[in-house]
Amino acid sequence: MALEDIIKPENLVYKKPDIMNDNPMHYCPGCSHGVVHKLIAEVIEEMGLVEDTIGVTPVGCAVFAYNYIDIDWEEAAHGRAPALATAIKRLRPNKLVFTYQGDGDLAAIGTAETIHACNRGESIAIIFINNGIYGMTGGQMAPTTIEGMKTATCPYGRDVKLNGYPLKITNQLKDLEGTRYVTRQSVQTAAAVRKTKKAIRKAFENCMDGKGGANVVEVVSTCSSGWKLTPEKANKWMEENMFPQYPLGDLIDKDANQ
Amino acid sequence: MAKIKGAVVVNKDRCKGCQLCVVACPANVLAMSKQVNAKGYNYAIMANEDACVGCASCGIVCPDGCISVYKTKID
Amino acid sequence: MSEEVRLMKGNEAIAHAAIRCGCDGYFGYPITPQSEVMETLMEVEPWKETGMVVLQAESEVSSINMVYGGAATGKKVMTSSSSPGVSLMQEGISYLAGAELPALIVNVMRGGPGLGTIQPSQSDYFQTTKGGGHGDYRLIALAPASVQEMADFVGLAFDLAFKYRNPAIILADGVIGQMMEKVVLPDYKPRRTDEEVEKQCPWAATGRKMSRKNNIITSLELKPEVMEQNNLRFQAKYKTIEENEVRYEEILCDDAEYLLVAFGCSARICQKACEMARAEGIKLGLLRPITLWPFPTKVIAQYANKVKAMLSVELNAGQMVEDVRLAVNGKVPVEHYGRLGGIVFTPDEIVNAVKTKLM
Repeated sequence: MALEDIIKPENLVYKKPDIMNDNPMHYCPGCSHGVVHKLIAEVIEEMGLVEDTIGVTPVGCAVFAYNYIDIDWEEAAHGRAPALATAIKRLRPNKLVFTYQGDGDLAAIGTAETIHACNRGESIAIIFINNGIYGMTGGQMAPTTIEGMKTATCPYGRDVKLNGYPLKITNQLKDLEGTRYVTRQSVQTAAAVRKTKKAIRKAFENCMDGKGGANVVEVVSTCSSGWKLTPEKANKWMEENMFPQYPLGDLIDKDANQ
Repeated sequence: MAKIKGAVVVNKDRCKGCQLCVVACPANVLAMSKQVNAKGYNYAIMANEDACVGCASCGIVCPDGCISVYKTKID
Repeated sequence: MSEEVRLMKGNEAIAHAAIRCGCDGYFGYPITPQSEVMETLMEVEPWKETGMVVLQAESEVSSINMVYGGAATGKKVMTSSSSPGVSLMQEGISYLAGAELPALIVNVMRGGPGLGTIQPSQSDYFQTTKGGGHGDYRLIALAPASVQEMADFVGLAFDLAFKYRNPAIILADGVIGQMMEKVVLPDYKPRRTDEEVEKQCPWAATGRKMSRKNNIITSLELKPEVMEQNNLRFQAKYKTIEENEVRYEEILCDDAEYLLVAFGCSARICQKACEMARAEGIKLGLLRPITLWPFPTKVIAQYANKVKAMLSVELNAGQMVEDVRLAVNGKVPVEHYGRLGGIVFTPDEIVNAVKTKLM
């Protein structure tokens, strides 16, 4: 059977979601951001919420997420996305409100905003990309950089005596009474991507059922440029080095416990 | 018995040559082109068309949304 | 409900006026001497009547960013704080200006620098009118001199903020915030419906309607040639505001030989000083800037042709006096008289300052 006989509209089984536009993404080859963007766009489309979603972008590599998904967006100051999302959701309770934040944005400069928004039980979803490094500014140490990992500001590897310990902030967020669903996922294989999509869908559904509670989806991710590895090797390095520090799975799901 | 046949269409201008689709493909269908696109990247191509079963793993892991996947049954 | 005459603090008047002008949300953090704003709101519970959201944030940094988040959806939102808290908000204020968002910030000033004192001061004039945060931006700044103006300026500040898509600030001080006076509260104005917000703010992030392009609220632009155009657009807007929105009050100015320039509580004290000076035969008048930006430069320049000298009377070490001198441009002497660190001058002191510095 010739390819042209297969490539017909009725046989289409996978394409990028419609609200993900054709603007070329500025991310480096193999960057996990693109996969997570695609999942967010897919879930919004599948839930029929294109007209009812307001996203908040961070400062960091994902600052320009608003150029790639055709929904309404607000761009926040560094670390403040959960404060913006708090007000948006309270003023427009029928909307799906989510933030998209990296590890520096969420777990360093924005720690207070993150913890308090979660602790208030805001009906928002926080998508947290944890690749253990500052991508946009050129590969400096992040709060989540693991011990021994080399970055531009810990060129000999993170020394906990000098730099303190990697902040496993999601572990703390799960203990807050205001959080409803906290999970840690990844996107390095098709199976992992499917699981992350389910997690995002669950988080978004929780935001819209009126029951309240904050939802956090951490995605342990790669930064092949910052890690100075090929995308394939970065995935392998992540599995071998990041996953033991940041084990995957649901940290808390208060609906499942009921 | 019906046989599943798949096909992959890569938006070669959008592809950044990260090769994650090549790694993700369980049937070794994909490879990188010898040519480069306008941005200078080698892009993904179907090197082994017959092996594709349209599982879409390539599309799912593609960070740049370059890949569309088609699938049909052959009687 | 219609107009009501009440006796209340300036801070309480801000809260009641906010509810009555159809404010959608207040986000704040406690700090003396303005905590009564949020305390009043929490006591009144406006969410039960008008649906207005009131939230105590974890910091001033968070509250100003909540204001940014809400303003970006076209809602009428505000915060209030006092000097150290407003310093923390400067980043958010710059972002509000950069994203051209309408919002109201209330600063009930206290003495600084640093943690300073909880007593009244006017030492945030520079911060308010000269930037405060980073970048070339301006805040529409209203300076109330009475509890009545605290109430009146809330609605006015929101109107100006939405008219120009620019943050506005009410720059009050600990005296005006804490003192109790008679106040006529404005009529209740309903909050705008979602449809009205869409119509008034077609730029807002309200959820993308398929009939329009998606709305993106951002101050970021990496292309310098586009960023320059953005800045030129802001500057053109600021020029329009300077041409149209200058507000001031002239008290006993017609025959004045000497002119006091003062805002806020200082203007109240100066008014008494004018009466006392005139009893001694000194023809003293008062010009009270109501908008600190845009500054009443033109009218002050005109008085420079009429009076012998001017005294800028401020609860600071000499801040507004620089703008008065720029307006006067050397035509007559311009001096400054101030008290610092939370001390408030008496009318006597001001009359003495006129005699020693101007005459």
